[in-house]
Amino acid sequence: MRIGSRLSTHLALAPALLIALVAYCGAMGWTIWISFTNSRMLPSSVFVGLRQYSSLLANERWQVSVQNIAIFGVLFIAMALALGFVLAALIDQRVRAEGLLRSVFLYPFSMSFIVTGLAWRWLLNPTLGIEKVGHDLGLAWFRFDWLVRPERVIYTLVFAAVWHAAGLVMAIMLAGLRGVDPEIWKAARVDGIPAWRAYLFIVVPLMRGSFATAVILLAVSVARLYDLSVAMTNGGPGIASEVPAKFVMDHLFERGNVGLATAAATTMLITVVAVLAPLMYWQYRQPARRPV
Amino acid sequence: MFTYRSAGFAVAAMLALATPAIAQEQRAEVIHWWTSGGESAAVKVFADQFQAAGGTWVDTAIAGGANARTAAINRTVGGNPPAAMQLNTGKQFDDLVENDLLANVDAQAAAQNWQAILPPSFLEAVTRNGHEYAVPVNIHGQNWLFYSNDALAKAGVQPPNNWDDLFPALDKLKAAGMIPLAFSGQKNWERNLFNNVMAGRGGHDFFVAFWGKRDVAMVKGPEFRNIAETFKRLRNYVDPGSPGRNWNDATSLVIQGKAGMQFMGDWAKGEFTAAGQTPGKEYGCTVLGDHGIAYVMGGDVFVFPQLKDANQTKAQQLLARVLLEPDTQIKFAQKKGSIPVRLDLDTSSLDACARKASGWIHNANAQVPANEMLSPPALTGAIEDLISQYWNDPGMTTDGFITRVANTLTQQF
Repeated sequence: MRIGSRLSTHLALAPALLIALVAYCGAMGWTIWISFTNSRMLPSSVFVGLRQYSSLLANERWQVSVQNIAIFGVLFIAMALALGFVLAALIDQRVRAEGLLRSVFLYPFSMSFIVTGLAWRWLLNPTLGIEKVGHDLGLAWFRFDWLVRPERVIYTLVFAAVWHAAGLVMAIMLAGLRGVDPEIWKAARVDGIPAWRAYLFIVVPLMRGSFATAVILLAVSVARLYDLSVAMTNGGPGIASEVPAKFVMDHLFERGNVGLATAAATTMLITVVAVLAPLMYWQYRQPARRPV
Repeated sequence: MFTYRSAGFAVAAMLALATPAIAQEQRAEVIHWWTSGGESAAVKVFADQFQAAGGTWVDTAIAGGANARTAAINRTVGGNPPAAMQLNTGKQFDDLVENDLLANVDAQAAAQNWQAILPPSFLEAVTRNGHEYAVPVNIHGQNWLFYSNDALAKAGVQPPNNWDDLFPALDKLKAAGMIPLAFSGQKNWERNLFNNVMAGRGGHDFFVAFWGKRDVAMVKGPEFRNIAETFKRLRNYVDPGSPGRNWNDATSLVIQGKAGMQFMGDWAKGEFTAAGQTPGKEYGCTVLGDHGIAYVMGGDVFVFPQLKDANQTKAQQLLARVLLEPDTQIKFAQKKGSIPVRLDLDTSSLDACARKASGWIHNANAQVPANEMLSPPALTGAIEDLISQYWNDPGMTTDGFITRVANTLTQQF
């Protein structure tokens, strides 16, 4: 009886498992194999060892892409978390029109990165957007041209992405805050602890689950960052705002360099696994200590 | 019957889809990326001429060259090819030929005597191992200089004839408070501008040695340094809004007289025409050259994937013939702003710029094959990244640029 039901469970899961194995693991395996060949526009099976990897690591555009994704990842996650938490804490003060504010803050998230990128591209363009408004108001000294300055452009991407994601973080945090036991607040008030300290040292540690959820969601959008860079700067000026996913896409299609593209994709995969593995291990080790 | 109306409708629909094969119809699905106003008017010429010759044109337009090429190539590799697909004249179909996915058009080439009617570099660009694999349909000049007559008059400048004339003219435009050079700061246009300087200052031989033969010694010589420095010098004449701008937005700055000049391919004429301007009147066009005219010529081709169905193969042959017929060629060029790829046509009905170009294509020394005819996309892309960095990054010196270019040219692609 038990064995029978377990068998039927396994049978029911088999198609999903098969699809996962063939579509994900199969494609992954194939990509890794292709990265060791001399494939150009079409896949070939001429083995060239690590040649694609050595030219990848020597490639300046790849180096810039990796550096950019690191800057972007750290700043974006930190700022989105901070801003989202502050928004949630403010809304949690039982403000009036809470529903309206929640929608307004969450609204950017309903837009695709393409739309977000285009809107910010126009706003930040020195001859069309904010800088022009400043000049039209007679402020000739006003400069806001980070979008066209190679050393600053990556921060404009962070800015747009934080604007896009802060509302989502707020929603997650708000749910977490609402789950905090009101008794804790009462106790804090009785002890005369100021609100900011209560948030920072009592509530935040209690909300580890909300933070973990938000971090994972944000981290996923860092790894797949592509469309924002395409829509906002197309990697420019020069190669200053290139990102790894765009490197893969450009070389896979427009540049007909499948070997190099798959080497880059494999490197991305290894990096993601290297970051995720300890995280998953850590979660696996502490199953009991997950409050909220 | 009527009780099963929907089922009957479905059967009818399936029959309707299946009829073409039964009716011996010469049906050809064509994938292309000509979607803007002038472009779609031009491709309609092909469709109409093909219909008139008895074929059925099935239009699959996909916006964006890279998107269209990706879709068409994926379908061909996946076993569901279109009858014909657009590519740029050049090396984009090397891998398709190597993998035996394309049908050759030797019969058409012999019947129309391509040897005599096509410019040699274009015949060479469609030939692989002695067979012709693509039908070239047009010639686009990539290194024009367009200028607003109005803006030049305001600044008191004569149209420049060579690269040394150019900089004083740009200075005067700047002094007159205009944007001297309208520019679209996207990687491919940065490369196009660089190519423009290279063709103008280096001439035919240098251009071919660079992109085709990857001559590293030349890159380290004084001539390439001069080209690189001229290119970088142009940076002083663009406006702060140029990074990321689309090429047609840059053209419209010239149309409005806000900017003096723009380096761009002849497709920019479409924008002028759409704004009601004519060459020689509101705007002018020229090609700058230190060694006489060096006209960088690219274009579009159609290739024909191998198909199993005999009717479809016939449709492909019909289409291949129609595309190069004199009537089709002239009508298409009028709409597209390009010039016909055939040398034996009367081009008096084309605009002033196209007539200029038609003269140059008879002179072998003036013809420079375009970048994509000489180098594979992977190499072009790698050099493009360097050009873009050199243009945008104040930290990259000319020496650093030259070293990087030389290194890239020696890599395997």
